[in-house]
Amino acid sequence: MLEIKNLHARVGDREILKGIDLSIGTGEVHAIMGPNGSGKSTLAQVLAGRDLYVVTEGQVLYNGADLLALSPEDRAREGLFLAFQYPVEIPGVSNLYFLKSALNMIRKHRGLPDVDAMDFLALVKDRMQWMDMDQSLLNRSVNAGFSGGEKKRNEIFQMAVLEPQLAILDETDSGLDIDALKIVAKGVNALRSPERSMVLVTHYQRLLNYIEPDYVHVLSEGRIVKSGNKDLALTLEETGYAGFESAA
Amino acid sequence: MTLSEQQSSIDRIRQDARERFEALGFPTSRDEDWKFTNLAPIAKLKFEPAARDFERASELLRDFPANANRVVFLNGSYAPRLSSPGIVGTIRQTPAPILELHLARHADYRRDAFAAWNTAAFEDGAFLFIGARRVVEGPVHLIHISVPGAGPGSAPSVAHPRNLIIAGSRSQVSIIESHLGVQTYLTNAVTEIMVGEDAVVDFTKLQNESVSAFHIAAMHVSLGRGSAFTSRVLSFGGALARTQITSVLEEGSCCTLNGLYVTRDRQHADNRTTIDHAKPHATSHELYKGILDGQSSAVFNGKIIVRKDAQKTDAKQTNKNLVLSEGATINTKPQLEIFADDVRCTHGATVGQLDQEAIFYLQSRGIGREDARALLTYAFAEEMLDSIRDEPFRVYTGQLLSGRLAREATA
Repeated sequence: MLEIKNLHARVGDREILKGIDLSIGTGEVHAIMGPNGSGKSTLAQVLAGRDLYVVTEGQVLYNGADLLALSPEDRAREGLFLAFQYPVEIPGVSNLYFLKSALNMIRKHRGLPDVDAMDFLALVKDRMQWMDMDQSLLNRSVNAGFSGGEKKRNEIFQMAVLEPQLAILDETDSGLDIDALKIVAKGVNALRSPERSMVLVTHYQRLLNYIEPDYVHVLSEGRIVKSGNKDLALTLEETGYAGFESAA
Repeated sequence: MTLSEQQSSIDRIRQDARERFEALGFPTSRDEDWKFTNLAPIAKLKFEPAARDFERASELLRDFPANANRVVFLNGSYAPRLSSPGIVGTIRQTPAPILELHLARHADYRRDAFAAWNTAAFEDGAFLFIGARRVVEGPVHLIHISVPGAGPGSAPSVAHPRNLIIAGSRSQVSIIESHLGVQTYLTNAVTEIMVGEDAVVDFTKLQNESVSAFHIAAMHVSLGRGSAFTSRVLSFGGALARTQITSVLEEGSCCTLNGLYVTRDRQHADNRTTIDHAKPHATSHELYKGILDGQSSAVFNGKIIVRKDAQKTDAKQTNKNLVLSEGATINTKPQLEIFADDVRCTHGATVGQLDQEAIFYLQSRGIGREDARALLTYAFAEEMLDSIRDEPFRVYTGQLLSGRLAREATA
């Protein structure tokens, strides 16, 4: 589904991604781990199309097509979803209106008519239950005044409504207490399917106790320095990242 | 006896105003109050009488949500066939002894040239009297339309709408003053509002003049003891549009002045307010928001005066601007003149751009960049419409705003 080849990216004069190679098959869940500053979030943002980062070299194929040539909105319409590390507050735009607009844009792109208002409400209420969210949040402005945990849950809730093909979760576990982490993991696990791929970007192994990845990659100084199965995460938990940095 | 029939003190005031206007002349940029608003384009106009084009006028009113209690003025004079006046009257229909009590007693024509011109030259306007303890259901509409001539290229016209509103003690009323038009013309309006003791008046002004028109307006509001006055000035149209509000607060009154100005191309919007805390224990809140695009410009000048015996005054003023283009300019200036010592006064002004993080966030969910910009811009402005009580009018102004922002997105 996703093929990243020798990806280099920089912000300003600073090169952050220094040649990433990664292949993600349909239905697979990959965890990308690494210390702060290793380039994890940059990779997530580059894939979603944030123009703050400039790709200087390499290629990303998404379902065989050039992902980097698409605008951020077209990537989303093609089924890519980024759960933000820091979800943005948008005062004055209600969650409900925002989600409905987004869903209809995606449907329009696929040649489908606007979602029926009643169907949409039923879908939204169902997904809110997954995430143990209060329905009053629907009429509140997007993320405005939400606690850190509510924001992260709202990201997974959006993902559950938009049903992407490829979901990238950028440090969704950071700042969550154990109860919130379990709810988030429950939502993510409910969305696992043979047609949907996921990339979990995380600093800690903790999340992987609840969402079991098929593959684990260690990112250090802008390169993937080691790949393995879920046991790699446990090794990391014991040894820390120090050993991997020297290997880079 | 009506105004036109009787020699009254009003005639003397109007004669006095004419002399003042001739003495004052048009203000220039050397005048501090007009520093950022260039009147040269208005001074150049040669006005001619307008045709009474009812068809064009009623076209402009087609989607306008006002049925009952509505008076319509076309090119400054009353248009009965477009009106369904209900409880509203006109200045010309009102007996002079009633008018004399208030007309031109409040708006300052001695120093303000445009108010002097209006006072000298006005033909007609709305007269609204709400008796004590009366609660009026639904909004009262005062609509001023300008249609200078039949064809394109017709000569510009001038209208001097003059409105007088008296709300008796403990009365409640909601008023909507609207300005619409086509082609090039000048509207020079004056509205005087007397809010009686413990009365509650909610006032909306919609300035949706033609984009080649000029609009100069002065509002004067006197708030009685314990009364509450709320205004929202929505400024969308006009090549050059200025609304100046002066409010004087009696003891324990509460004055809320809100505003929204949306400018693009070479439009210029000038909003100027004076809140005069004349007596103690009064409260004022002020929030003006601006959205500027293209080469447009705007001025916000908010003066708050707290007189010597106006202790326990609570005043808050905020001006927020969203600048969408590099060519747009905003001049914002708070002016606090405080002569009492036990008061609370705050003010703040911001000038900013759309949040790039928010645009990307919306894009990352599939919403196109231009749609994201329009959505965020609308969200910035929407709170200024939220408090409009009359739902049809709230929807109508929401559509006007969306239309304005959509055109900005494609420009």
